[in-house]
Amino acid sequence: MSRELLRVDNLALSIGNTCVTKHLDLRIEEGSCWGILGPNGAGKTTLLHALAGLHPADSGHISYQGMQLDGYSPKALARERGVLFQTELSGFPGTLFETVLAGRHPHLGHLGWESPEDLQQASRVIELTGLQGLEGRNTQTLSGGERQRMEIATLLTQQPHLALLDEPSNHLDPGQQIIMLQLLREHFAVAGHALLMVLHDCNLAIRFCDHLLLLKGDGQHLAGTTRELATPENLSWLYQHPVSLQQVDGNTCLHFR
Amino acid sequence: MPRHPLRKSLPLLSLLVLLAIGSLGVSLMTGSVSIPAADLWQLLWHDDGSVQYRIIHELRLPRTLSAFGVGGVLALAGVLMQALLRNPLADPYILGVSGGAAVAVLGAMLLGLPLAWHAPMAFAGALASILLLFALAHQGNWNTSRLLLTGVVLAAGWSALISFVLSLSPPMQLPGMLFWLMGDLGDALTPTLPLVVLLIGLILSLWLSPALNLALLGPQRAAALGVKIRRLHIFIYVLASLLTAAAVSIAGAIGFIGLIAPHMLRLLAGSDHRILIPGAALIGASLLVLADTAARTLIAPMQLPVGVLTALFGVPVFLLLLHKSYGERT
Repeated sequence: MSRELLRVDNLALSIGNTCVTKHLDLRIEEGSCWGILGPNGAGKTTLLHALAGLHPADSGHISYQGMQLDGYSPKALARERGVLFQTELSGFPGTLFETVLAGRHPHLGHLGWESPEDLQQASRVIELTGLQGLEGRNTQTLSGGERQRMEIATLLTQQPHLALLDEPSNHLDPGQQIIMLQLLREHFAVAGHALLMVLHDCNLAIRFCDHLLLLKGDGQHLAGTTRELATPENLSWLYQHPVSLQQVDGNTCLHFR
Repeated sequence: MPRHPLRKSLPLLSLLVLLAIGSLGVSLMTGSVSIPAADLWQLLWHDDGSVQYRIIHELRLPRTLSAFGVGGVLALAGVLMQALLRNPLADPYILGVSGGAAVAVLGAMLLGLPLAWHAPMAFAGALASILLLFALAHQGNWNTSRLLLTGVVLAAGWSALISFVLSLSPPMQLPGMLFWLMGDLGDALTPTLPLVVLLIGLILSLWLSPALNLALLGPQRAAALGVKIRRLHIFIYVLASLLTAAAVSIAGAIGFIGLIAPHMLRLLAGSDHRILIPGAALIGASLLVLADTAARTLIAPMQLPVGVLTALFGVPVFLLLLHKSYGERT
């Protein structure tokens, strides 16, 4: 019996006059990997921020591990969920190592310095994301792909229970997309953890996610297992564009005509 | 594995403490009557009834310690403003705090109020400017780009008013007003106030420093990592403004210390605020002590306003730092 990490009841969310969801119910259980798909402007990012407690919802309830969102202090919440944002570049020079180490902040005491274990943890994920050798680099000189891997490394250093990711494959070359999504699955699609990611590439979503949330952009949505939802009919409905399914090397692939 | 941030920067911080002590020593020894290093220690602690003892205790020590306090406070305010606006080019005066102080002081001088009123008037003017900006920028949603734009416009408004007051003033009063505008430590002979302000500012900023590190990553990321970002922004704004107000009311608007000291430290030790804050305060304090020593000795018996020297020295140093940091970036 797996636990619910995130529970959303009857969530209503809108941006200006656009309705993102009217009645969204979600149960994200430990070990699962969810993908959010939808057309441009459907409110995927806003929904992700609302689930993270960074954007107010119109109504409804969001709870982590059985406790309502507003019951958490910001720091305690940062141990429950981590967020990978679409790149928001800092105007400030700082090193890659400092940025990745910032992920430890929710685990430190108020004036606490990082312990040797924290430094080790940061070094370990820098290696896992293939960034070793760049520790001392100014983050402003990194390429788009390196910066995206640094963001992923920061999230891995943070070690939250639930990872909320906004287009984790952005700026990554096709090979790195697969490597990074595999890495994220290894860390979060396991006991005690889960991940939820906004993706634009439906084929990546079908390959890596076991559950999907399809956001239409007019308040309608579909949520369920990938097996149930990844049909040409649903995806044509979602994107308003004809889609067909093909089998390539035993993997299901979508083809947008 | 990179070394622990504290261990890595301990040698640098120790060096800066030595620099600070050295600058205090140089300032106490230098002047119309030069005092040899060998006698200085004795004179600091033992009243031998000599003129040198009185020079040190009644003139040089108060002024030197005031310079130390004001320099440290300006560097702290610079670090905080830069973190608040996420812009390494922000200085303590960018949001108009010194402009409000200047208008109040020049007004007081024009009305012929006695010297003792100048510092309280400056503080009141700075406080009025802080509150005015907060009220203007706080309507609707508070964000730092709005704060910056409103502050810069407010500062421009103050500077128009300053020109207005200057053009109304009788020629006799102009030198005093210009000295104040440039920043001058000639009247700063009560060091307790700046030192206490420095100590309180240092403690509060160090307490904020982990959150400041995250604030540099951007408001969203800071919030996601557990920082109450809106509360932090307001707190930094108030703290930085009050520190600036205190410095300005003691010594006028001394430029460049709040810009250069944080920059030097960022080049030497990176942008971790737990190191940056004490380090920049030490550099800022030492720089102003040395600049003030030069201001009162270069063309002795006449004195220069110290702000002239910090600007003359600040412009090339700043350009050099800028060049160096861009050189490293590529």
